[in-house]
Amino acid sequence: MIPAPFTYKRASSVEEALNLAAQAGEDGKFLAGGHSLMPLMKLRLAVPETIVDIGRLGELSYVREDDGHIAVGALATHDELARSGLVGSELPLLAHAAGQVGDPQVRHCGTIGGSLAHADPAADLPAVALALGATFRTRGPSGSREIVADDFFLGLFETALQPGELLTEIRIRKPQSAGWSFQKFTKRGIDWAIVGVAVQGANVALVNMGATPVRAAAVEGALASGMGPSQAAAHAADGTSPPDDLNGPRAYREHLARVLVRRALEESAARA
Amino acid sequence: MSILGTRVVRTEDPRLLTAGGTYVDDLRVPELAQAARVTFVRSPVAHAAITGIDVSAAKDAPGVVAVLTVADMDDLPPPPPDSGLTGTEGAPLPLGGPWSEPLLAVDRVRFVGEPVAVVITDDRYQGEDAAELVSVDYDLLPAVVGFDGALAGESLLFPAAGSNVVCATGTPADGAAFDGSDVVVEREIVNQRLAPVPLEGRATAARWADGKLTVWVSTQNAQIARFILAGALGLDPANIRVIAPDVGGGFGAKIGVDRDGLIVAWAAKHTGRALRWAETRSENMLGMTHGRAQRHAVKIGGTRDGRILAYRLQIVQDTGAYPRMGGFLPFLTSLMAAGPYDIGHVETAYQVVVTNATPISAYRGAGRPEATAAIERAVDLFATEIGMDPAEVRRINLVPADRFPFTSPSGATYDTGAYVEALDKVLAGAGYAELRAEQERRRERGDVQQLGIGVASYVEITAADADGGETARLVVHDDGTATVYTGSSAHGQGHHTAWAMLVEAELGIDMSKVTVIHGDTDLIPAGVGTYASRSLQLGGVAVQKAAVEVKEQARRLAADMLEASEDDLELNVDLGVWQVRGDPASSMTWAQVAAHAGEAGLAADVNYTEGKPTFPFGTHLAVTEVDTETGKARLIRHVTVDDAGTLLNPVLAEGQRHGGIAQGVAQALLEEMVYDTEGNPITGTLVDYAIITAAELPSFELLTSETPATINPLGAKGIGEAGTIGATPAAQNSVIDAVSHLGVRHIDMPLTPARVWAAISAAEEGIAR
Amino acid sequence: MKVTVSVNGKQIAAEVADRTLLVHFLRDVAGLTATNVGCDTSSCGACTVLLDGRSVKSCTVLAAQADGREVTTVEGLSGDSDELHPMQRAFRAEHGLQCGFCTPGMVMASVSLLAENPSPTEDEVRTALEGNLCRCTGYHNIVRAVLAAASEGRPS
Repeated sequence: MIPAPFTYKRASSVEEALNLAAQAGEDGKFLAGGHSLMPLMKLRLAVPETIVDIGRLGELSYVREDDGHIAVGALATHDELARSGLVGSELPLLAHAAGQVGDPQVRHCGTIGGSLAHADPAADLPAVALALGATFRTRGPSGSREIVADDFFLGLFETALQPGELLTEIRIRKPQSAGWSFQKFTKRGIDWAIVGVAVQGANVALVNMGATPVRAAAVEGALASGMGPSQAAAHAADGTSPPDDLNGPRAYREHLARVLVRRALEESAARA
Repeated sequence: MSILGTRVVRTEDPRLLTAGGTYVDDLRVPELAQAARVTFVRSPVAHAAITGIDVSAAKDAPGVVAVLTVADMDDLPPPPPDSGLTGTEGAPLPLGGPWSEPLLAVDRVRFVGEPVAVVITDDRYQGEDAAELVSVDYDLLPAVVGFDGALAGESLLFPAAGSNVVCATGTPADGAAFDGSDVVVEREIVNQRLAPVPLEGRATAARWADGKLTVWVSTQNAQIARFILAGALGLDPANIRVIAPDVGGGFGAKIGVDRDGLIVAWAAKHTGRALRWAETRSENMLGMTHGRAQRHAVKIGGTRDGRILAYRLQIVQDTGAYPRMGGFLPFLTSLMAAGPYDIGHVETAYQVVVTNATPISAYRGAGRPEATAAIERAVDLFATEIGMDPAEVRRINLVPADRFPFTSPSGATYDTGAYVEALDKVLAGAGYAELRAEQERRRERGDVQQLGIGVASYVEITAADADGGETARLVVHDDGTATVYTGSSAHGQGHHTAWAMLVEAELGIDMSKVTVIHGDTDLIPAGVGTYASRSLQLGGVAVQKAAVEVKEQARRLAADMLEASEDDLELNVDLGVWQVRGDPASSMTWAQVAAHAGEAGLAADVNYTEGKPTFPFGTHLAVTEVDTETGKARLIRHVTVDDAGTLLNPVLAEGQRHGGIAQGVAQALLEEMVYDTEGNPITGTLVDYAIITAAELPSFELLTSETPATINPLGAKGIGEAGTIGATPAAQNSVIDAVSHLGVRHIDMPLTPARVWAAISAAEEGIAR
Repeated sequence: MKVTVSVNGKQIAAEVADRTLLVHFLRDVAGLTATNVGCDTSSCGACTVLLDGRSVKSCTVLAAQADGREVTTVEGLSGDSDELHPMQRAFRAEHGLQCGFCTPGMVMASVSLLAENPSPTEDEVRTALEGNLCRCTGYHNIVRAVLAAASEGRPS
């Protein structure tokens, strides 16, 4: 219920955040909205010795158009994304998915950067980022770089971020196709997705079908070769390794993936 | 016009809505100002021998006052001798004997979460840190998991007992009883293990000073808690004061005081330091008792034209690691097995087994939801087998209104009832014919979203311990206000409002001038408390009787003051004044009358029992939509009659029904405490244990029905558990009904999407069910 | 570290452990015990308060994160007035509480909902409250209370 003891540091600039993180070393963690990290710390599944609070870095909280892209600051909250007129009109997939993360209280605090950096395969936004073909901008001890979403999610709670490297911006090229769909299958509205599907145009990404969010490559290939939604969706589970857990056996998730991908493709086509 | 039976909003609410309730962890009383904090060290394994406990590192941690284990418990009375009772009499097992449960674990742990040590620290945060430093050596033993694991007996929780079967009783199966039936259906059904999850977990604070123990505990029964404390700690009850402050829900799992609370009280006495403890939710999920956990073998037989002739219910009760309630729950299940039906031959039998899981105790309904769920599934299975509408089968078999009092073949005598009328009211209110028509349309079209309609009729037993009675003391003060001291112990039920209504109705003292006090053994030494849906029919009636006695005392006093004959004295209830008949100028207020009572005061003490339980009843109808591609079920309508006799305050009764329905539906669709093969809980937090939220429920359609009880002047039966009892089978039946055209006959609860889909798949593959 | 939070309009400053949760700051330092802790997985919402006007689960926020910001708890809902806030009035009128433990969080979540969506449908109310668990009421009357408060029309 109570986190293990730690030292709290608050950053007033990105520069300072990086310095504090460097000083903290391996046992430091960034704290943004806290709604991925704090629950782990309260159960003592994460025991960082230093917390670097970046929550006040207003310069990382924005949504703007930039050269054919929508640029989202890493500290934009789920609620801000759900309500943003710009995101709603240009990236409705993102707006819609952000609006379904957790519950209102979680959405008021949790940030897109925090969710992506945490990389829970059952979370919604990582798969959405894949479907949108997002690029992530970071700043770290070795400078700035860009990482494409396809290269970002490496394993269970593991990303390409180096220690002390901060995700600063998510850049998404304005989609060519107006077709999109987000299918989040849960028992209760507040639950993590048992299986989720994010579709943007010809891109199909899956939530909770493996240790990372995954592109449904076989589905995308089938669509590219001219198959319709039903036929393409039959390949939804190809190459995936969904968990076997309380919410169902592997075969059930594979079945759900096929059903939800079909529904997502149909809905997306209707919107295109 | 009397205030009784009218809609009155609660007097409890302004405080709860502004300053908030004062639950145990909110107490800021002087006695606890220097209280230290208790943190438990609990077993992380299901079954093991304890071979060593090292507290040295913990003792040195910051803020640690003491670290206590069973080795420190040298100041407790010895356990009582084995009385030889085995719990088959329908009562809890006594403490002594081979099944006895210690306070802190002695040399064995038997469930994940069992308390092994306590760490006492100056503040709460230090407690969790220090508890991590207590090192316990466990030699793992094979875990006993599930009904069959227990029955197999390969691993025993209590080797001295020689078995995992705590008790067994009942009628041996009589095959001949089903000979006359055209159709016989048999099925194994599970009524799954649940966690009560009151929003406030368990909490206890205690202080030992000047030879007296004061214990504040989140309890449904302060007096029973005192009794338990006295026995466990070897103290004279006169030296124990138990106070129940506001309690954040109980649902049967906060009866008296439990093992962990006793440990806190002992530790306070042992260390001489005031202590407080409020468990975390993770602790609560494993440390608070669970509910249900019965496996049923049902057998139902009848004629092709719908008459049920015979029913057998065989129960295995998983009681968890320690048989605290013994045979009590399956005893009640057996008693209510026949439900509201007139069935010629009913036989029941039960076994109670221990497993390496949290102990089982009462949880809203306590044995009766299990009975209703079993027979309501059986009736639907029978209906499907004979191809008859399930509502029609019920109508044919429900006890008709002219047969009351009716002694059911499973042993209970139902007092009053209008079962068929309740069924018909619900069917009409739900628009049953149109629902079936819509279901048929969707089936013909082969819609993905199918409609299911589930019906459940029930009768339930309230105040099962009616002999225990309830107490009330009513005092009218010389300022015209009144105080009720009630033995009942509300934890959300609104007794303060209801009892004030009773005083106003009887005496004409405005509710705003009536204070109700409960839950303090110094102020109310005798009382039973709130469980078994007993409070209105026992506690409320006690309040009314006390008011009647006060009225008669007042009549004598007023007559004396007004120099008139008692026969000429009238109480004007509307104005709340005593008058001589025909002389309105002669007026005595309650204040004046009370003042005239002198030293003795104007007061009455009542200890009331009606001696017999009562039997509320009803019908629930659930409408669900099931997505046949994913298996996800959604409750879209829930219509009920819950007839608990004459309503005192419809607002309170509706609230009880709503809450019960939500918990009942949650059992059907979402909740289950799950353990893996090693006895580790998999659903140990609210992330995995799926409490139902507002988003999964519709607004409910409650219909009114009042068939008075005849046994008490309020005409009241109990309403608190009825909603849970009726809702679970209605919801379960509706989901199965939604996919019955695909060949599905039964799905065990909870009917999660994965389970429903598995049933659909199996049926589609033509596997015989 | 030193943390200063404006709680219901009053500055509360204290030296607290870095890991202090906002809910404990409110209960133990500010002495406002209406806000309750009901779980340890950010599931139940009993700890819901407003942080700079928006609902948050105060058990999942560090007091340090609330430093220099404004928190409103149910105790501060009616401000300086003796009268109940419309949401409090509605909860009472509709019997939207029984044991009261989830109530402060439920009320604050509801206030936040109406601030963002002054005229919600029943479905929107139910979805908006999915992060607030109640074991007593079955939500039926809570939903009625929120809709009643909404139709009474006073914003936030």
